[in-house]
Amino acid sequence: MSAAAPQPLANMGAPEPRMDGRAKVTGEARYPSDMPVSNPAFAFLVTSAIAKGRINAIDQMRARAVPGVLDIFTHENTGDLKEIKFASGGAGASTSIQQLGPEVFHDGQIIAMVVADTFEAAREAAYALKVDYAEAPAAPSFDSPGVETEDVTQLHDSAKDIPSVGDVEAALAGADVVVDAQYGTPTQHHNPIELFTTTCVWNGDRLTVHEPSQFMYGLKNNVARKLDVGPEQVRTISHFVGGAFGSKAQLTPRTGLVAFAARKLHRPVKLVATRDQGFTIATYRAETRHRIRLGARRDGKLVGYEHEGFEITSRPDKYFVAGVEDAARLYAYGAVKTKVNIVHADRNTPGFMRSPPVVPYIYAIETAMDELAAKLGMDPVEFRRVNDTTTDPISGKPYSSRSLMQCYDQAAAAFRWMARDPHPGSMRDGDWLIGWGCATAVYPTHFGSATARVRLLANGDVRVQTAAHDLGTGAYTVIGQMAAERLGVPFSAVKTELGDSELPPASVAGGSNTTASCCSAVMKACHAIRAKLFHAAATANEGPLAGQQISGLTLRDGKVAAEGAEEPLAETFKRLGVGAIEEYAESAPPGAPADAIASLYAGKPTLSGGAHGKKLMYAFGAEFVEVRVHKDTCEIRVPRAVGAFAGGRIMNTRTAHSQLMGGMIWGISSALHEATEIDPVRARYVNDNLADYLVPVNADVQAVDVILVPEVDPDVNPAGVKGLGELGNVGTAAAVSNAVYHATGRRIRQLPIRLEKLL
Amino acid sequence: MRPFIYTRANSPSFAVQTFPSGSAGPDVESPGQYLAGGTNLIDLMKIDVLRPQHVIDINALASSPLGIISTNAQELRLGALVHMADAADHPEINRAVPVIAQSLRLAASQQLRNMASLGGNVLQRTRCPYYRDVSYSQCNKRRPGSGCAALDGFNRMHAVLGTSDQCIATYPGDFAQALIALDAQVELQGANGTRAISVGALHRRPGDRPDLETTLAPGEMITAFVIKPAPWMRRSLYLKIRDRGSYEFALASAAVAMDLEDGRVREARIALGGVATVPWRAQAAEALLRDQLFSEANAQAAADAAFAGARTREHNAFKVELGKRTLKRALTEVAAMEA
Ligand SMILES: Cc1cc2nc3c(=O)[nH]c(=O)nc-3n(C[C@H](O)[C@H](O)[C@H](O)COP(=O)(O)OP(=O)(O)OC[C@H]3O[C@@H](n4cnc5c(N)ncnc54)[C@H](O)[C@@H]3O)c2cc1C
Ligand code: SF4
Repeated sequence: MSAAAPQPLANMGAPEPRMDGRAKVTGEARYPSDMPVSNPAFAFLVTSAIAKGRINAIDQMRARAVPGVLDIFTHENTGDLKEIKFASGGAGASTSIQQLGPEVFHDGQIIAMVVADTFEAAREAAYALKVDYAEAPAAPSFDSPGVETEDVTQLHDSAKDIPSVGDVEAALAGADVVVDAQYGTPTQHHNPIELFTTTCVWNGDRLTVHEPSQFMYGLKNNVARKLDVGPEQVRTISHFVGGAFGSKAQLTPRTGLVAFAARKLHRPVKLVATRDQGFTIATYRAETRHRIRLGARRDGKLVGYEHEGFEITSRPDKYFVAGVEDAARLYAYGAVKTKVNIVHADRNTPGFMRSPPVVPYIYAIETAMDELAAKLGMDPVEFRRVNDTTTDPISGKPYSSRSLMQCYDQAAAAFRWMARDPHPGSMRDGDWLIGWGCATAVYPTHFGSATARVRLLANGDVRVQTAAHDLGTGAYTVIGQMAAERLGVPFSAVKTELGDSELPPASVAGGSNTTASCCSAVMKACHAIRAKLFHAAATANEGPLAGQQISGLTLRDGKVAAEGAEEPLAETFKRLGVGAIEEYAESAPPGAPADAIASLYAGKPTLSGGAHGKKLMYAFGAEFVEVRVHKDTCEIRVPRAVGAFAGGRIMNTRTAHSQLMGGMIWGISSALHEATEIDPVRARYVNDNLADYLVPVNADVQAVDVILVPEVDPDVNPAGVKGLGELGNVGTAAAVSNAVYHATGRRIRQLPIRLEKLL
Repeated sequence: MRPFIYTRANSPSFAVQTFPSGSAGPDVESPGQYLAGGTNLIDLMKIDVLRPQHVIDINALASSPLGIISTNAQELRLGALVHMADAADHPEINRAVPVIAQSLRLAASQQLRNMASLGGNVLQRTRCPYYRDVSYSQCNKRRPGSGCAALDGFNRMHAVLGTSDQCIATYPGDFAQALIALDAQVELQGANGTRAISVGALHRRPGDRPDLETTLAPGEMITAFVIKPAPWMRRSLYLKIRDRGSYEFALASAAVAMDLEDGRVREARIALGGVATVPWRAQAAEALLRDQLFSEANAQAAADAAFAGARTREHNAFKVELGKRTLKRALTEVAAMEA
C-alpha cells in the first residue's frame, strides 16, 4: 500500500480507488459544460470596468454588427428576472446584487451578456460593446474612506450569542504574561480549475440546467424562483464538479440570465465565464482583521482570551463568518470575550471558501498561542497540552470526542519535533535559516438532512442514488462503500449516482457534511433492505436460516448469514418473490424541525453540529511545518509538513488522505502565496488570473505527510463520521507563520508572508 | 478574437515581404505580427490587447538556420526559432555558458519552454496587469496618451529602474538579461536586407513613448542571436528570486559573468531582471568590480551602484533592497564557482 492509500487502522475503511477515477483521467467524465446539447448558442459576459457608479449608455452598434451575434442582454431587456434574496446558506442567492445595471455596485458586476452562434463571435462582440459610465469614487477595503462598520450581534439571530464568559478584563489584569496583537488575512479566491459554466436547455416549459453545483436542489429551487416558474419545471444536472471549495454552493446571477436568454432565443445557450470574470461573478474569502488579547499564568495556564474580528462584505449584503464561535472553544481559556464586525465596502459579496469561519480566526488565535508560548518560554506543544480541555470553556458542555493531543503527539514524533532548538534563528543549513512551527487544526462536525434510494438486486448488484455532489473529494466512492458494507457485497458491485435533481435530495455540499449525512441516509435505506431480507429468511418455513433470531443475522459475501448458517441472497429474494428491493430513506439531524426533509426538497438544508448540540462536535488535527528562509534574499520555502488528524470513522483512507494532504497544501498556499490584490484607487481586483494569483506549483510542495489517528465517536451521527474536507487547511497558515518566526525571529502578522516582509 | 489574415511563410524573405507595409514593428498598433510559439501573441490576441490584421506564421522556418543551435570556436549561434527548452538543455551551452541555460530553465514552465521560441521570448510583452486588461482605460503603452494606471494602482511587480512618468512596466523576461550581459548580437532581416545590432540596443526605455518597445524597423524579423566566446562565459550564472519555487516571473534577478584570476576581477558582467523596464545592464556596478580584488564590500558597493538611480512607487519599494541583495548574492556565488 502506498502513502497515498494508507493501511486502514481501527475504525477506518479500505482505500478503494475512486469509482470515477478512470473516467476522469481518461477524459470520459462529462463536466456540465461538456454535456452535449443540440445546436447551442454561446454566451459571453460583459462585466463592469468600474467599481461604483452608473451606466449612462451602452452603445451596441459595433457589437450587433459582428456576424453571428444573436442578441445582447442588458438591464434594459432583462427586467422580467426576479430578484431573489441573498442568503448566507445554501438556501438563497450568493448576492443581492443581481440586476445588470444601471447601478454598478462592484468591479466586474455582470452588466451585459452577448449571445452568438460561436464563442468567438460572442467574445468579439463583447469587446466591441461601448459602455459609458458615470464613475463614482469607490471604497475598496478596510481604511478606505466611506466604508461602514456594523457589529454582527445587532444584525442576525445566529450571531446573537457570540461566545463570552467571565470577566476578561479582570483575568487579563491578573495574568502573568499577555499577548496583545493584531492579525490580518487577505482576500482570496477559490479558483477551481473548472470555470463557472452554465448551459440551459428549454424543452417546452421545462428547463434543464447543466451547471457545476454544490447543491442540486438549491440551484433547482432558486433558478425556478428567479424565473418565476415552478420548481418541478426545473432539473439541474452536475455529475462532476471540477473543484468548488464553496464557490458553487449558491445561485449566482449568471444562471437566471442564461436561462432567460435560452428561453427568449428558443435555443440552448452555453456560457463558460472566463477566469478573470470568475473573480467577480461568484464569491470569495473576504479579508479579515483581528485583535487578540491572550493571557496566561507563569505555569502556562490560560486565564483570558479576547478576540475581535473585522470582515469585509459588500454594501448591501450582511455576509460574515464569525469564526470566534469555534476559536473560543479550542482551549480552556478561562474568561472569554469576543466580538465580530462587518465592514461594508464597494465590493462583490463574499461567500464560503473552504473552512470559511475557522481559516482566518484559527490562523489568528493559533499565531497568538505561539506568541504566548514564546513569551512564556514554553514548548508550543506543551503549552497546548496544559490548556487542553474536554469541555466547552463557554457552556461547560462536553466534547463528543477530542483527540487533539493524540494528534500532536503522533505528528510531533513523525516530524522529530524533539530535535528542535527553541531559540529563533538558531537552526541553519548553509545560507538557509530553518524554522519549525506547529498549530492546531479544527473543524466543526456537521450533520445535515439527506435522503437516499438504494436498490439491491437478487444477483447482489447495488445502485445508490442521492442528489449529492462529488467535488473531486470521493463522494461517489465513500457513499458506495457504505452501501457495500451494509449490504455485504463487494464494492465493485455498487454503482453510485449523484448530481441530478431527479434523484432524492441531499444537503448542500458545505461544512464537510456530505460523507456523514449521505452515508447516514444510505445506512438507513440499507437497514430497511436488511430488515426485509432478514425477516424473509428467518420467518421462512424451511431453509438454513429459518427460525433464527433476526438480531443475529447479517449480510456478508452476497449471503444472508448467521453464526454457522447462511443462504445466498438469491434464495432470500425467491422467498420474497421479488427481483429487487428498493428503499428510500430520509435522515435528519437530531433537533431538526419536523419539516426538515420537506424543506430540503424546497432547497433549504438543515445542518447541525459544531457547538450547537448537547455535546460539542469537532474534528481535530495538529500540523507541523518546516520552513527555510534564505538569509539574504529571504525566499521562503516549505520542504516538509506533517499533519495528524482524527475524524471519527474514516470511510476510505485514500480519499481521506487526499483531502487532508490537499488541505495542507492549500494552507501553505494561504500562508505564503495567495492574495487577491485590489487596486487601491479603482477598487478592482488586479491579479485576476492564474499567472498572477499565486498558488503553489509542484516545486513548492515537497514532503507532505498525513497521519490518520484512529478515533471512534458514535455521537456525531449514525455513520460515526466527522467531515474531513475542510480540516486539513485550518491552522496550516499559523504553523507556517510560527515556523517563519522560529527561523527568523520575525513575527509577521499579516498574510501572505511574502519575502519583502522579511528583508 | 477579431478576424485576421493568416499566412504561413516558407522563407524568411517571403515572411518579410508579406509583412503589411507601413506598420510599426512589434508594437501594439502594428497591423502585422509574426507568429512563433504563440505563447505570448495568441494570449494577447485573445484578451484583445494585440489586434493584428495579418499574422505571419514563421514556424515553417524552423528547418532553416532559424531553427538551429550551432557552436564553434568563433561563436555560439542561436536561431530565433530554437525552442527555449532545447537551448536550456543543450549540453555545450550548459557547460560553456551556464547563464544562458539557467536563464531559460528558470523561465516559464516546461510546457511553455517546449513551445516558445528564443526570438519570441526576447520580444515578449510586459505582464503589467493594466496593460493586459483592456477594461482599464489608462495605459500609455496600450493606448498612447491615456495615462498610466500603475502609477497609483497596484505596482508590486513594477520596475524601479529605467522608468518614466509615463510607464513603469517591468520587462518580464529572463533570457535577454543573459544575452546583454554577454554582449550578444541579434541578427535581423528586413525589407532592406539584413543587419546586426547589439541585443542591448534592441529594447527602448519607455520615456514619453512607452508604446514603442523596440528599435526594430517595421516588419524586421529576428533570425539569430550570436555570442562571441569570452573568458567570463564559463563563470556565469543566473539568479532569479521569486515568491514561488518555479513558474513565476522574477521579483528580482541577476545575470552575472566574471573573469576572475587569483581573486582579482578582470571583467564582470551584470544584467538585472524583474526590476527594470528593459533588460538592464549595470555598467556602473561592473566598473566598480573591474580590476579589484573580489570582496563582499566590493560586491555590496556594486549592488548599491546598480540601484543608485532607482525610483520606487507604493508597493515596489522593496525591489531596491531585494535587487541589491540578489545582485550581491549572485556575485558572491559566481565568484565562488569552479570555472
Ligand atoms: C504563464 C507564463 C509564464 C511565463 N513565465 C516566464 C518567465 O518566467 N520568464 C520568461 O522569460 N518568460 C516567461 N513567459 C513568457 C514566455 O517565455 C514567452 O511567452 C515566450 O518566450 C514567447 O515566445 P513565443 O515563441 O511563444 O512567442 P510568440 O508569442 O509567438 O511571439 C511573441 C512576440 O514576438 C514576435 N516574434 C516572435 N518571433 C519573432 C521573430 N523571429 N522576429 C520578430 N518578431 C518575432 C511576435 O510577433 C510577437 O509579437 C511566461 C509565459 C507564460 C504564459
Ligand atoms: S506601467 Fe506601462 S504598461 Fe502598465 S499601465 Fe502604466 S503605461 Fe501601461
